[in-house]
Amino acid sequence: MRVPILKQRSYLIATIQSALSDDDLMQLRDDLSERVGQYRSRGVIIDVTALDVIDSFATRTLRTIAHMLKLRGADSVIVGIQPDVAFTMVQLGLTLEGIGTALDLEEGLAYLDHQNQRTISHAK
Amino acid sequence: MPSKDTQVPITSALDIVSARQKGRALAQDLGFEGAEVTLIMAAISEVSRNIVEYARSGEIIFQPVTNNSKRGLCIVARDHGPGIADVERAMQFGYSTRRGLGVGLPGAKLLMDEFDVESKVGVGTTITMRKWVRQNAVHS
Repeated sequence: MRVPILKQRSYLIATIQSALSDDDLMQLRDDLSERVGQYRSRGVIIDVTALDVIDSFATRTLRTIAHMLKLRGADSVIVGIQPDVAFTMVQLGLTLEGIGTALDLEEGLAYLDHQNQRTISHAK
Repeated sequence: MPSKDTQVPITSALDIVSARQKGRALAQDLGFEGAEVTLIMAAISEVSRNIVEYARSGEIIFQPVTNNSKRGLCIVARDHGPGIADVERAMQFGYSTRRGLGVGLPGAKLLMDEFDVESKVGVGTTITMRKWVRQNAVHS
């Protein structure tokens, strides 16, 4: 099932639904990369609240997505990693290095606002 | 308890999701809770993906097991793929012959209580892993 992507201000919000297949994740990667250009988005929130497991493949793909979007000029933040999912990722030694994470959607938006302000003040 | 096997064929990445969901339902039925269920699902994910990546097709077999008063879940991942030439190396973190993170097999081993790989080049690979339901501490 394709992950729906919503536009909110200059940000995109992708809300991942429960059982996500490998193909869905790859589709999300391509969709986001394209939409960031289409909407000239400065930030992307990927909401994984509904995911009951994040394995090595999902971790690798989320990292790829974030790095790709960065190259397209948008910051990413992963929100909603559940406690059990976080615990399992730590057990597996899986990290989301260099990628923003936040508790939920609200914190994710605050994170992106903060990142954007920094970019703007650096540019001055 | 009569042991009832459940088999999930793995022929594409989509089946990884089915295997994971089946595993979750069985684990919950057996009395696994919270994080333990997630750990089991992640382990199923890793061994199933190994089948899809390297052997293309195979199967995951779930088996409720008992050992004295312990109850647990045995998960067998079996394929007739190319086999693993160097099992010891495949079990090392960070080692992958593909583009993976090299977390799959060693990761699954970490998540489970028992883990065994049998592999023969040209014949296939069978991974057998078990996890036991944690028994509540008895206060006397």
